[in-house]
Amino acid sequence: MNIRVNGEKFLQDTVQGDRLTLSGAGAWIAINAHTLEVAIQAISRRYPAVKHVVIDMARVERLDTFGAWLLERLTRVFSARGCATDVTGLSSDYGALMSELRTVKLDDGSRRTGSQSLFYAFASIGENIASVGGSLLAIVNMLGALTMAYARVLTRPRSFRFTSLVHQLDNVAWRAVPIILLITFLIGCIIAQQGLFHFRKFGADVYVVDMVGILVLRELGVLIVCIMVAGRSGSAYTAELGSMKMREEIDALQTMGFDPVEVLILPRILALLIGVPILTFLGSMAALYGGGLVCWLYGGIDPEIFLSRLKESIALNTFEVGMIKAPFMALVIGVVASVEGLAVKGSAESLGRQTTASVVESIFLVIVMDGIFAIFFASIGM
Amino acid sequence: MARISPTAAATSNGQDPLAGQIPFKGNGAGTPEVIIEARDIVVGFGDRLVLNHTNLNVYRGEILGFVGGSGAGKSVLMRTIIGLIPKRQGTVKVFGVDMDATSDAGRRAVERRWGILFQQGALFSSLTVKENLQFPVREYLNLSQKLLDELAIAKLEMVGLDASACDKYPSELSGGMTKRVALARALSLDPEIVFLDEPTSGLDPIGAGEFDTLIATLQRTLGLTVFMVTHDLDSLHTVCDRIAVLADGKVISAGTMETMLASEHPWMRAYFHGKRSRAVEHAVPQPTES
Repeated sequence: MNIRVNGEKFLQDTVQGDRLTLSGAGAWIAINAHTLEVAIQAISRRYPAVKHVVIDMARVERLDTFGAWLLERLTRVFSARGCATDVTGLSSDYGALMSELRTVKLDDGSRRTGSQSLFYAFASIGENIASVGGSLLAIVNMLGALTMAYARVLTRPRSFRFTSLVHQLDNVAWRAVPIILLITFLIGCIIAQQGLFHFRKFGADVYVVDMVGILVLRELGVLIVCIMVAGRSGSAYTAELGSMKMREEIDALQTMGFDPVEVLILPRILALLIGVPILTFLGSMAALYGGGLVCWLYGGIDPEIFLSRLKESIALNTFEVGMIKAPFMALVIGVVASVEGLAVKGSAESLGRQTTASVVESIFLVIVMDGIFAIFFASIGM
Repeated sequence: MARISPTAAATSNGQDPLAGQIPFKGNGAGTPEVIIEARDIVVGFGDRLVLNHTNLNVYRGEILGFVGGSGAGKSVLMRTIIGLIPKRQGTVKVFGVDMDATSDAGRRAVERRWGILFQQGALFSSLTVKENLQFPVREYLNLSQKLLDELAIAKLEMVGLDASACDKYPSELSGGMTKRVALARALSLDPEIVFLDEPTSGLDPIGAGEFDTLIATLQRTLGLTVFMVTHDLDSLHTVCDRIAVLADGKVISAGTMETMLASEHPWMRAYFHGKRSRAVEHAVPQPTES
């Protein structure tokens, strides 16, 4: 009953027949609002049958919006039961505030959220499944728009934004070189070390060279680079385009008669198409170097033996398989990043959501594409 | 002209840092209480000094209009007072608390007693209007959800919106609505001071006029002190009790509209007597020479 004792500091009740007199006291302000609310609820529940209520506010020292609203709520509760309610003794300073609050119309209950949460949970599963189709459609749409923009640029080469392309190449390829080299080098080292460790058990040390060569050149070089690029540049594209969308820059471009796809997206995607194969080549070389280094230092395979064995185990088409895949992967990353960037809505949260979606989707699609390519190359015997 | 003479005397002995600034007369008797006191503020970016030993007083219960050319540093002074921009020199006292000397808890106690309307609204884009209004309240007070909802609607009605705006996201609001919601959020903790950074910019003249009236009404009902950075001569004329002018990094003058119109300073003459100020000038009774 501690609360009631506290509450009585602010609101005391005396009842005579069907007439209730409430006398307020103290500071009816924000920090006391919780205690006051509890006191008001208790009092309105305790006297369900009174006919006349007088609220004497003469001893209330201060009143702010919080206190004033609670007073207003108290009068509304009693008025709604058909009581005659009078507020007396309120300082005239607060008259304006009270008359302001008297006109407040609360929610009529037409807006209800969360009451059918189970229904919404199922609905959102359905919407998500349907949206997969939608986003595939958006990707196809973007591919079409890109082809159109590319065709326009081919007919009017002067309109191509070469500066933008160089700038994007700098961001996407040149600045990515150190981190790509480091990561692929380490991956090469790890594969060689694991191979040596296990192959040594049955004396097949030298086949590690075959494994490193084929794995790196066919699959891992391009995959690691694409995953890195999706995380590094794909997310940047989505965030850039998304914040341009939020600040209406894309609308501005459109109204000036520019095609945003041609101005913003084409240079970005061309930069990826040029940059990713270069990075794949560099990354594959770094991985082979790392593999060779581990074979020499850890496995005791001399560099000359490593090189001659590598020459025997891989053909040019092993290298080609990896390199052919690179531009296709680049296109997937670029298109997904652009589609997600343009899907950003007004809020900061949506920017974050689309950037996440962009990275997850492009890595997923890169791996799926890699699988499709594997089947394709196997069937044509490459 | 008798009331200007004490300040004139202060100017002549060269000691008073607020030379040329006439205090707000207030509605009560006696000297009005200084609620914000900025002394000797120096703020610069790189080599450029934006505020060069600036002084300003804001008195309790007034609406102070703060004007100056674009890039003169009006917003900079406001942001310095609220602690968003570091200063190289000077002191800021709010409610008599020295903002540099006080502890973190002391700072927070002061921050709880002011509200700020940023120029672009600065509503949290991932929260609905209702959640935006409840965010500061929830942080400081432990209230029931029902009371929070009712108060949010009450605040929205006070700024001229209604319950239908509650569940909208900031990106779905028009410019005028954004300003109103931002004002409601600035008022959500019942502050004693509100800082308004260009409240009427980007509103049409009718909307701006309504907003001015709204500020005046709220100032009356809630007993606020309002610090308003503005360019709008109509706002200055209709709602401001006092006007302070910032030029060359200093507050060159502070006083009523009549004082502004009577000033001989070239920038103030250009500002208050320019083409766009005609309507205002005609509306104000000219001080008669007697």
